[in-house]
Amino acid sequence: MAAPAFLLLGIFLVLPFLGAIIMSFFRLQLNSPRAPKFVGLEQYARLFTDPDISSTFFHSLANNFTFAAVVVPVQTLLALGLAILINRKLRGMAVFRTVFFMPLVFPLALVAVIWRLIFARDENGLLNAVLSALSGGAIASHDWLGSASTAMAAIIIMSVWQSVSFQMIILLGALQSVPQDLYEAASIDRASKFSQLIHVTIPGIRNTLIFVALLTTIFSLRLFDQVYLLDQSGSINIESTQTVMYQVITTGYDLNNIGQGSAMAVVFLAIVAAVAIVQRRLIRQDGGS
Amino acid sequence: MMPRTASLKRSRLASNIGQYSLLLVFGLIFFIPIYYLIMGSFRPQEKVLSGLGGFLPTDLSLDNYESVFNRFSNDTTGHVWQFVGVSVIVTVVVVVGGLLVNSLAGYALARLKWRGRGLALAIVTVLTIIPFEAVALPLYYMLASSRNTIYVQALPFVASAFSIFLFYTFFLGIPGEVEEAARIDGAGPFRIFFQIVLPMSRPAFATVAILTFLAQWGSYLWPVLMVSDTNVRPLPLELSVFQSSQPPEWGNVLAFGVIFVIPVLLVFLFFQRWFITSVASSAVKG
Repeated sequence: MAAPAFLLLGIFLVLPFLGAIIMSFFRLQLNSPRAPKFVGLEQYARLFTDPDISSTFFHSLANNFTFAAVVVPVQTLLALGLAILINRKLRGMAVFRTVFFMPLVFPLALVAVIWRLIFARDENGLLNAVLSALSGGAIASHDWLGSASTAMAAIIIMSVWQSVSFQMIILLGALQSVPQDLYEAASIDRASKFSQLIHVTIPGIRNTLIFVALLTTIFSLRLFDQVYLLDQSGSINIESTQTVMYQVITTGYDLNNIGQGSAMAVVFLAIVAAVAIVQRRLIRQDGGS
Repeated sequence: MMPRTASLKRSRLASNIGQYSLLLVFGLIFFIPIYYLIMGSFRPQEKVLSGLGGFLPTDLSLDNYESVFNRFSNDTTGHVWQFVGVSVIVTVVVVVGGLLVNSLAGYALARLKWRGRGLALAIVTVLTIIPFEAVALPLYYMLASSRNTIYVQALPFVASAFSIFLFYTFFLGIPGEVEEAARIDGAGPFRIFFQIVLPMSRPAFATVAILTFLAQWGSYLWPVLMVSDTNVRPLPLELSVFQSSQPPEWGNVLAFGVIFVIPVLLVFLFFQRWFITSVASSAVKG
């Protein structure tokens, strides 16, 4: 019964995973007359020593961690807040819930187009126009995506907008499974709303909250689509937004240097695995399941 | 008693106002970009980017939609229905095929006794950490001869360690007495699975279907690597090619985007209530 799934996983995940490790030891090009050449650890060495490659690589890595360090806490807390908010029974809530869920069905390719227009650099961009109107013209137009200081922030806003609803739904499910009588008991004890949140809600959804944080971490390390999409149209400051995944694909695919790209992919994978393992350890020490 | 009730009422009113304000603020944050997209798709090219004016429903026409259909109506540019068709076929194969093979695998791991099951479970758990992105490059190298086909866009995504894991945890949680009774009556594992387990597990199937659909419908990285031919190009890839044309034709790009997202949005709104309850009842018990 498990055979078809395992066969497919073997062909399309395990095999290329082993392939990535093997290819990272070669100098390798697609459609090249030159035969693949075994170079041992050279591709890895270049990641750390070749100035052209290594400075970009460490830059990408730093961008990755900046993105994750902001997105994981911000998006998880925002998702929790929104889930609590739409879990209330208020009139008209159905409409708000619908609106809150909407971004979920927007594919990133389209999200990138919309936000590119919102962040557009001159006074015709929506954000610039709003800021200018609010300040009576005092705030000058800014190139949000193009300037090094705001490009990463713009990508973060775009990503959170698109995917916070996903975490929100999972947390909403968890909130609804917290037994109601716990809240009743707490309010008989005259516990304030805030202490109910800390002593009833959070412990009640603890496991789901951890799951959501782990998932967001792994997703945030994968950052690629947004950056690549905006870079294709030449509208983003690539220096301050490129990530390891972006470098893997541009090196391996656009520059047809598959050996080097594979070495980066292996390092990327090691980072993802390390982060996942560390997080699981920390949670286990914390007395969780 | 009276003053206390009054103050209670007043504080409830204040808290309601507070909650509605928050709902409104976040509602606007979620809605404005969508409104901006839809409004822009009905405006002339040169007026899509026009600051706050882009907000007013002026200069609206169907011209963009007309020119999108006119533009994509020959074999060099491809046809709109072609992009939609490719995306639909690939997504349906991945979702339906994925539900079948992953649920069977999850069931085998949760309920059947077989040699190597422990090892298989450990492997699946480890594989959930490997992101597809990390193996994209070697896979591209391995499958380079199958570029520009439909099946190469779908097959790598049918089996998913994460889906298997979700099914596995769900099946562990359902009581086994009915299955036991069926087994004593001589039913085989496939029969038990399709006639007993599957009907009991609708929320799990719905959740996995929705998660797979959302990931696959918007998928971008793999088509970038594997597809250059317009005939087999899925929607997200064509949208990105379209938006990077110079000079950008914003009105047309937005109309193309709306054609892309509105059907999904409608289906989603239609099933919304059901969608939330299914994710809520099955999803991920941590």
